[in-house]
Amino acid sequence: MSALAIETRGLVKVFGKTRAVDGIDLSVPAGTVYGVLGPNGAGKTTAVRMLATLLRPDGGDARVFGHDVLREPDEVRRKVSLTGQYASVDEDLTGVENLVLLARLLGYDKRAARRRAERLLGAFGLTEAAGRQVKNYSGGMRRRIDIAASILNTPKLLFLDEPTTGLDPRSRSQVWDIVRAVVSHGTTVLLTTQYLDEADRLASRIAVIDAGKVIAEGTPGELKASVGAGAVHVRLRDPGQRTEAEWVLSRTLGGQVVLEADPVSLTARIEANGGGDADRRTAERAAAALTALAEAGITVDDFSLGQPSLDEVFLALTDRTVDASSGRTLDEEKSA
Amino acid sequence: MTTATTVEPQETTYTFSPETLDAVLAPDEAPRRPSWLSASITFGWRALLKIKHVPEQLFDVTAFPIMMTLMFTYLFGGALAGSTTEYLQYLLPGIMVMSVIMITMYTGVAVNTDITKGVFDRFRTLPIWRPATMVGYLLGDAFRYTVASIVILGVGLVLGFRPDGGVVGVTAGIGVLVAFSFAFSWIWTMFGLLLRSEKSVMGVSMMVLFPLTFLSNVFVDPSTMPGWLQAFVEVNPISHLVGAVRALMDGGWDTSEMTWVIVSGVLITVVFGSLTMRLYNRR
Repeated sequence: MSALAIETRGLVKVFGKTRAVDGIDLSVPAGTVYGVLGPNGAGKTTAVRMLATLLRPDGGDARVFGHDVLREPDEVRRKVSLTGQYASVDEDLTGVENLVLLARLLGYDKRAARRRAERLLGAFGLTEAAGRQVKNYSGGMRRRIDIAASILNTPKLLFLDEPTTGLDPRSRSQVWDIVRAVVSHGTTVLLTTQYLDEADRLASRIAVIDAGKVIAEGTPGELKASVGAGAVHVRLRDPGQRTEAEWVLSRTLGGQVVLEADPVSLTARIEANGGGDADRRTAERAAAALTALAEAGITVDDFSLGQPSLDEVFLALTDRTVDASSGRTLDEEKSA
Repeated sequence: MTTATTVEPQETTYTFSPETLDAVLAPDEAPRRPSWLSASITFGWRALLKIKHVPEQLFDVTAFPIMMTLMFTYLFGGALAGSTTEYLQYLLPGIMVMSVIMITMYTGVAVNTDITKGVFDRFRTLPIWRPATMVGYLLGDAFRYTVASIVILGVGLVLGFRPDGGVVGVTAGIGVLVAFSFAFSWIWTMFGLLLRSEKSVMGVSMMVLFPLTFLSNVFVDPSTMPGWLQAFVEVNPISHLVGAVRALMDGGWDTSEMTWVIVSGVLITVVFGSLTMRLYNRR
C-alpha cells in the first residue's frame, strides 16, 4: 500500500449561507497527479485553500502526508507548495527578485538563493526576462515563473489551482510537460481544472466536484464507463432520411441523439444500462442499432463508435445531481 | 525587429526540455528554515525592492511632509509665537511627529492591497515565522519614516530651525520617532487585514489620525485648552511622543515622556500585533 499524500473526511467550509465545500472525502495516493474537476464555483479552490492551510475547515478533517492541517499547519507547510489561480508571485518585482526572495524565505543563503533562482529561470526559459517586472510578462511566462517559484524547494505536494486557465494552447501544453516532469521526480500534484481534457491527460485519478460535493471519483476510464459506454456516429446517404434515422436510433439505444451541422450526420449516445462487460455491450448495442437502421431501409454510408469524452461524462454527472435520487446513487457507487 | 523591442520576443523561443528541468529538480541539500530575523529582513528587502520599482510611493514621504511643514510654519508662526523662526523651534519636532504618524496609515493600505493578490497566499503557505511578513512591511515603512524625517529636518534647517540638541539629539529624536511609528503601525496592519477595501482603510485611518495628531501638543501648549481637552491631550500617546522628541532635539531628556512612549509603544505592539497575527492566521 502506498502512502496517501492527502486524506480528507467530510471536509466542510461554509461562507455565510453557502456551503462552498460540503463534505468532501478525498484520498490522494502519493506520487501521482490527482485531478479535481469541476465548474466555476464548485468548491475546488476552497478545498485546495483548506489543504494548503490558507483556510480553516469548518468541519471534517484533512491530513497532508499524515499531518493534520489544523493541528500541525507548519508540518504541512513544509511539504506543500501552491500555485494559485492568479499569479502567486509579486508582480512589482522582477522574475529573479521573486525567486531569490522565495529561496531566501525557504532558507537558502544569499549565494545559493541566487544560484537556485538562475538555474530555475534557465530551465523555464526566462533568463532573458529575469530582470523585468513580472507584470510585464505574458500569460505563459507568468505561469512558468509561478510554477518555478513553487518548485524552488522541490515540494512533496504541489497544488496547481487551474494552472492553464486563460493560456493559449502552446503554453498549456508547456505547463502539462512541466507537470509531468515534476511528477516524475516524486512530487504529488493536486491539479484543479475546468478542462476535462487536461484532467484526462495528466491525472491518474479524478474527483468530479459540483456544488461542494464529490459527485464521482475514479480513474478517467472508470468515469467514462460509469456514464455510458459511448456514442455511435452515423453518416447517411440521404439527408431526407435523417428524421427517421433519429427516431430509430433513439428507440434502439435509448440515449440522446444529436443532429450534427452536417445534414447527413447524427450522433447517438449509448445509454449505460448497467452490468456485464461495458465495452462488449456497447458494441453489441451499436450493431443492433445499425441493423435496425438497415431494416428501416435507411442507407448508412459510414459509422464510427466513439468513447464518451470527459465533457460528456461531466455533463451527464452534473445533470444527474439535479435529480437528487440518482445523485445519491453515484455517491454510493463511489463509497462502495 | 521593429522598434518595439520591449515586447517579449523570447516568448516564442521557449521550448520545454525535460532534461533541463530534471537537472533543477534534482534535490540538492534541503536548506534549513530561516530564523525569524532572517525571514523578517527578507520581507523588509521586498518592501525596499517595491520602493525601487515603484518610486512614486516615496511621494507620500517627501511632498506631504514638506507641505505640512511649510503650511503650519507660515500659517501659525506669526500669530502664535511672534515670528515664524521662533515658532519653528517649537513646531518642527511636533510637525515631524505628526507627518510621520500620518504616513503610517499607508502601511494599512499596502497590506490591504497585497492580501487580495496571490503572492500573499504563497507567503502564508511558507514554513516561516508567522509575523515575518508583517514585520517586513514595517521594516520597509521604517525606511520611509526615516526618509520623511530627514526631509522635514532639511526643510526645517533651511527655514531656520536650530536645534540645541545638535546632531546627537536630533538623531536620537528621529530614532525614537521611527521606533514608535514602527510599533504604532501594527494598528494599520490590523486594519489592513480587517477591512475590505483600500478606501475603508483610508477612511478609518483618517478618523483615528486626525484627532490623535491635532488634539495634542504638536501646535500649541495645551495649557490654553479647556480642561476636558487637556485631559485627552494628557493621555494621548502622540503628545508624549512629541514631548520626548522635542526634549531630545532640544538637547535634553524627559524621563517621564520617554517612559510613556516606551510603555504605549510596547502596549500597542502587544495588543495590535497579536490582533494582526490572529487575523493573518484566520483569513
